[in-house]
Amino acid sequence: MNFSQQLIAFNTIMIREFRRFIRIWLQTVVPPAITMALYFIIFGKLIGSQIGDIDGYRYMDYIVPGLILMAVITNSYANVVSSFFSAKFHKSIEEMIISPLPNHIILAGYISGGVARGVIVGITVTFVSTFFSDFQIHNIGITLAVFVLTSILFSIAGLINATYARSFDDITIIPTFVLTPLTYLGGIFYSIKMLPEFWQTVSLGNPILYMINTFRYGLLGVSDINITTAFIIIFAFIIVLFSFALNLLNRGVGIKP
Amino acid sequence: MSISALTIKNLKKTYRNGTEALCGVDLDVQEGDFFALLGPNGAGKSTTIGIISSLVNKTSGSAQVFGHDIDTDSATARSLIGLVPQEHNFNIFEPVGEILINQAGFYGIGRHVATQRAEKYLRKLELWDKRFEMAKELSGGMKRRLMIARALVHEPKLLILDEPTAGVDIEIRHSMWEFMREMNACGTTIILTTHYLEEAESLCNHIAIIDKGVTIEHTSMRKLLDRLHIETFVLYLENGINELPVCGDYQLKLIDSNTIEADIAHTQSLNELFQILSNCNVKVLSMRNKTNRLEQLFVSMMRKGNADNYNGGES
Repeated sequence: MNFSQQLIAFNTIMIREFRRFIRIWLQTVVPPAITMALYFIIFGKLIGSQIGDIDGYRYMDYIVPGLILMAVITNSYANVVSSFFSAKFHKSIEEMIISPLPNHIILAGYISGGVARGVIVGITVTFVSTFFSDFQIHNIGITLAVFVLTSILFSIAGLINATYARSFDDITIIPTFVLTPLTYLGGIFYSIKMLPEFWQTVSLGNPILYMINTFRYGLLGVSDINITTAFIIIFAFIIVLFSFALNLLNRGVGIKP
Repeated sequence: MSISALTIKNLKKTYRNGTEALCGVDLDVQEGDFFALLGPNGAGKSTTIGIISSLVNKTSGSAQVFGHDIDTDSATARSLIGLVPQEHNFNIFEPVGEILINQAGFYGIGRHVATQRAEKYLRKLELWDKRFEMAKELSGGMKRRLMIARALVHEPKLLILDEPTAGVDIEIRHSMWEFMREMNACGTTIILTTHYLEEAESLCNHIAIIDKGVTIEHTSMRKLLDRLHIETFVLYLENGINELPVCGDYQLKLIDSNTIEADIAHTQSLNELFQILSNCNVKVLSMRNKTNRLEQLFVSMMRKGNADNYNGGES
């Protein structure tokens, strides 16, 4: 396939993925908005008023970046893992495998679908947050960059999960037992400076901490970690996971007997 | 001089659980041919097709599609193949028209051309009225026709149909036969697997039979049918008879007073039999083959294969 044919194929997957989650918007876009509104009310308004300021910001304002990014992470991941596994389950993945589509285009197409859902849900949650906090952007470049890169990273992770999954249970194990704990312990609701020194060091092993703090820096201008280090780590994760996912597709793991 | 649409040499496949699905399949399908790939359940037909269309990883051997190796020139080889699989493999929650347009997109065909092609093939397969409906709303026969339309949307040179008429009613089956003949007449090479041997006999020019993962027969349909030494015909008589007339070397069996079964060897003539019956005042109203000729041959080959295996195990 030449470049323009590859572009057509990429657009086809992207549009198909976009239509898929928009068709079921009541399951994909609305629930995160409701969940985040509850987080804002309970943690931000009711409990947050008792906590006081962190890094010079009201507790409500402090947790908004983390909650937005949590919605981006879970939705980018969920979109790709469910779409790719469903395609395996219904065998419609064969439509792509028998075609001359290169695997990197298949991967890029699914990532684009995950990013599209991450962006739409992120914007929706950001809109909901404006009812509860004073939304501000400290550095729009860093904000958008980390927003998109995080979405890309977790879209790839979702595809890797779907590749290995053999049942619908398998696509919920990683989000439940790995993704959610890492997200909650990634500094959404607190600054790691509030932790004992040992746990501060342990927290630095959590990649989500770097994303949430970079996004918080983009919006509020405060962060627990160095922004350059954070970007290096995010890029490194994307490169490693992309290469790994591409290798899985090339070998046909979980797809070809 | 015609070129090979598909060449397979010593193709082997052992699944991870140790099952040896293919133990050395060889095939050669010429361009423009209508080719039957037959074999009992579990013989390795679908695995062979899966490897050609890159749905299954092979263990060893080689395959070329119009001279393009499936390993070293995989993308070109795949672009030349259209596959109609045995089981439904589309997203049932997608509209019928979108399924075709997306499939064309995967082959790098732009949306404008893809839309025109989708219309062309949906109309041909009488699914145009269903283009906005979700695929799950279609009947079984319609789903099969949808898969045929989808396989054609990038206009492949080699169309592989894995039991395309299984479970469809007789009227749809005949219209699908007509369509396949039309595609073949337009130059598309067709490989057909089917359990309806009547279908293979009436449509295909060449045939290969796979059993237990190896090619046990690879020849033209005519040559294969010529090997059938005796055919059994059922003759329906106008007037009832109580006993069989004397008919020389012809082996006849009285089924009931109005029905005779006749075993006709290749060296014998039906005309002569009719003449003898006529001389005995026995008038034949109509006649049919007792079983499909290819079916008769296929069953005897499978029985022979099983008997050989059984004897081999005993020795």
